[in-house]
Amino acid sequence: MNTTKVGIPRALFYYQYYPLWKTFFEELGAEIVLSDRTTKTIMDEGSKTCIDEACLPIKIFHGHVMNIKDKVDYLFIPRFTSVSKNEYICPKFGGLPDMVRHTIKDLPPIIDTEVNLRKSGKNALKAVYEVGSFFSKDQYKIKRAYKRALESYREFREKIKKGVLPCDILDKKLRTVKKYDGRNLNIAVVGHGYNLYDRYANMNMLDKLIDKGAEIITVDMVDGEIIEKHVQVLPKRLFWNFGRKAVGSSLYFLDREDIDGIIYLMAFGCGVDSFISDLIERKIRRNKDIPFIILTLDEHTGEAGMDTRLEAFIDMIRWRYRNEDNVSAYG
Amino acid sequence: MKITFPHMGNTYIVAKALLDDVGVDYIIPPYNNKRALEIGTKYAPEMVCLPLKINLGNYIEAYEKGADTILITGGRGPCRFGYYCEMSREILRDNGFNMDVITLEVSQEGFNELLRRIRRITGEINVKKILKVIKNTTLVSKRVDELERLTYKLRPREIKKGSTDKIYKEFQRKVKEVRGSSQILKLINNTKSRLIRLEIDREFKPLKIGIVGEIYTTIDPFTNFHIESILGNMGVEVDRSNTVSGWIIEHMLKAIVPFKKDIRYKEAAKPYLGAMIGGHAQETIGNTVLYAKDGYDGVVQIYPLTCMPEIVAESILPAIERDYNIPVLTLIIDEMTGEAGYLTRIEAFVDLLNRRRERVEIGQNFALSGN
Repeated sequence: MNTTKVGIPRALFYYQYYPLWKTFFEELGAEIVLSDRTTKTIMDEGSKTCIDEACLPIKIFHGHVMNIKDKVDYLFIPRFTSVSKNEYICPKFGGLPDMVRHTIKDLPPIIDTEVNLRKSGKNALKAVYEVGSFFSKDQYKIKRAYKRALESYREFREKIKKGVLPCDILDKKLRTVKKYDGRNLNIAVVGHGYNLYDRYANMNMLDKLIDKGAEIITVDMVDGEIIEKHVQVLPKRLFWNFGRKAVGSSLYFLDREDIDGIIYLMAFGCGVDSFISDLIERKIRRNKDIPFIILTLDEHTGEAGMDTRLEAFIDMIRWRYRNEDNVSAYG
Repeated sequence: MKITFPHMGNTYIVAKALLDDVGVDYIIPPYNNKRALEIGTKYAPEMVCLPLKINLGNYIEAYEKGADTILITGGRGPCRFGYYCEMSREILRDNGFNMDVITLEVSQEGFNELLRRIRRITGEINVKKILKVIKNTTLVSKRVDELERLTYKLRPREIKKGSTDKIYKEFQRKVKEVRGSSQILKLINNTKSRLIRLEIDREFKPLKIGIVGEIYTTIDPFTNFHIESILGNMGVEVDRSNTVSGWIIEHMLKAIVPFKKDIRYKEAAKPYLGAMIGGHAQETIGNTVLYAKDGYDGVVQIYPLTCMPEIVAESILPAIERDYNIPVLTLIIDEMTGEAGYLTRIEAFVDLLNRRRERVEIGQNFALSGN
């Protein structure tokens, strides 16, 4: 018997939920087809098919759909309205299946189950049964698959919280600790997962930082309770899931004494980033003299320009410490 | 305390009626203008959407005239408008404009917090008075919209071109001088009867275009370069799905009091966009379908650059164009939009619609003689 092939575009929430999806579908006996890693072709295809005004990650997503649409029986593009109580993601996530459906021709059937946990977390189970019903009539089996899926997801989250980069886990990459002569820097990187962990889109930014002797801390590594505690300073509750995470962890980074610099990686045209990056920048500039930089990605970003800015940022931080060393201890 | 509020098309008339009736001191910022936009662009982050930039310009121009408190409504997302209040607060603070922001919304603190905020403005809470004010303000918003809708019908049909605009502009100027909802309503009625007396060509069958999109850019004539007037004077009858009264009733009042909402557009949008995704995306999709069904010749979608919900709508609109055979023109506006290029696109679109209609008419005649 042929197994059903489910296509998962390697973009957007892939970086956040893939282990969950993988276990769930495999437990139900489906075969997962992942799109290739982002390449120039995928990005070009994406920006060609998608409307011009969309942000880079959405264009890349369209490229990934183009990449696998002919190889699968189903495309898995859930409608993510909300993944946490009283919070939204971004309107584009809510309309993603519709965007794809009306933009790209000759698509296989799309599994576009709505995930909406805005009112109650219990709605997750509803979505699980709906997705599961494509592969099995057995409710018990679906529930068991979901339970196992949650376990792999938790395992994934635990690893991230210990400081492993999600892209390294997903790509099964083992990172050997490199000796860097001189002091290792702790660099906090704030940004959407799909910008931080897509190596092609951000032109290997994280690897480049690591090669320069930086330890990376991303928003995903910060514990939910810490975020919750720090985000309370905002007078009005932020209704974007990512926004709360970003603001909460940035404020936490400010409190930590061992963070040497903060990088905000945003995508051109991202509505949420346009507010959150500004909000964070204002909070940082008011409270602490810590190096902070906003880097913007789009499909035209030149790698050389990006490298120059990263190098300058790291050099600047190192100079701070060198100059400190130059002050004679003897007075 | 001197209150001010941001502009959005005719909302200032409604806000004026409200504040007059409540009896508080306020300043209407100078009407949206180039300088306001320049000020806003200077202080706002580069990539935020256009309405926030103009709003900031409004606040600062009002601040120069002595305002110290901003009255604005809120939202629960995911559209960015819901966080305008906080962004404005932060930006104004960092740039040394000492202004307070009062957001009228039911926030996480609950209904009592809203009452506390209203009390800050009015001093006391007189439920009877507040209900009366709300009733009168809503009435003003409805009447203003009716007046606007009347101009849509008159402009293409007027014999002496420009006469509708002349009366309407006079109304917008005069309304600033009268006080309170009752006088505003009287002025509206006067203007209406003057408009009705205008000489029009009753036989003329104009092209019909529906305007959909993001609420601020569709409602505010400064932002959309007076598109209703441009189209009207080109002999096109327009209709706009977003209205000030619709916004007040559907989005503000019904968010507090759970009345039944108007869901006609929701049902029309269902095959294309299955869920509420924030902003006016569902309205844009649904109303485009409704316009097509009502026999409109074309639809114009307007939104500010990087508007998240409308981007989703724009990528779905081609499917409706195809299914209902109705042309859609998308106009995206930011602080760099040049008027000439914008006008050319509108003119070309109207030409296209005219040709389409001619073709249909010729086609019908041809079929008749062929019989």
